[in-house]
Amino acid sequence: MIALGPHAAFIWAAYGTTILLVGALIAWIVREGRVQRRLLEELEARGMGRRSARAREAGADEGPRGRDDGASQEGQ
Amino acid sequence: MKAMASIAPVYQLANPTRFMALAARIVPWLAGLTVVLFAIGLYMAFFIAPPDYQQGETVRIMYIHVPAAWLAMMCYGVIAISSFGYLVFRHPMADVSAKAAAPIGAVFTALALITGSLWGKPMWGTYWVWDARLTSVLILFFLYLGLMALRNGVEDETLAGKLTAVMALVGTVILPIIKFSVDWWNTLHQPASVMRIGGPTIHPSILWPLLVMALAFTLLFVVLHLKAMGNEVLRRRVVALRMRAVQRAANLEPQGPAREAAE
Repeated sequence: MIALGPHAAFIWAAYGTTILLVGALIAWIVREGRVQRRLLEELEARGMGRRSARAREAGADEGPRGRDDGASQEGQ
Repeated sequence: MKAMASIAPVYQLANPTRFMALAARIVPWLAGLTVVLFAIGLYMAFFIAPPDYQQGETVRIMYIHVPAAWLAMMCYGVIAISSFGYLVFRHPMADVSAKAAAPIGAVFTALALITGSLWGKPMWGTYWVWDARLTSVLILFFLYLGLMALRNGVEDETLAGKLTAVMALVGTVILPIIKFSVDWWNTLHQPASVMRIGGPTIHPSILWPLLVMALAFTLLFVVLHLKAMGNEVLRRRVVALRMRAVQRAANLEPQGPAREAAE
């Protein structure tokens, strides 16, 4: 243990809280990624693949790409 | 033409599919670099940096408090720019960026407040004072919570994005207030000692570990933001596919028997 003087408890508490909060944030983001990826795979397994992906498989002309991956919810 | 070529990658990032491909490639490298920088920064903070002549060993809290506070503000800056981009250009990826950054910013702001409080008790004799700097950072924390609550409270995601973007832009006023609070008001919090006209007033033996830790925190933010943006793109794909599944079912079911009857 590093000698941190009379206020060591405050220093360890600050670093401990940081590790705890950042660790929780990382865990949440990693878990969220896994959950969404699994949901997407389930939907694709049910034949609900992306239009562009299906078009590629069919060898058809895709038209403008990138507006069909769910991130576009503008409805314009 | 040269200018067009130089901004081309930015346009490519605006395409979610290309963004996902690029993020998948660079995130592991950035994450590795972040770990290395944290290892170096923490080593410098605990084993190389000397105790401060006034603060003693508690100066070591500054190696997390100051970067967390910087990141709290930078993250809000990212949200503000993304929100502006969303309102002006209506690009969904700008909204994805703003949404993904909010919880990360909230965590960094909470860390700045908590670590500052843990430094304040031994140094100032109190965990908290209603001083201009502390209070304005607390308002920043509530702003982050407000952005997340507003987005969650509006069911229509496009409308939620627009409302949140407006709120984020209005909230930008807090950034100069936080930055200059120590100059405008008589605060207990010390004035700027790194980013100031005339250069830093901190001795290099303490400044260097601080800068390495700040870089590590910044990279951590970039990694988490890219990953969270990727998650949001995936979530929107899931929502879009579910809607398509519902539409397909709705189109097929009533039409099937009706068509048979007609034939």
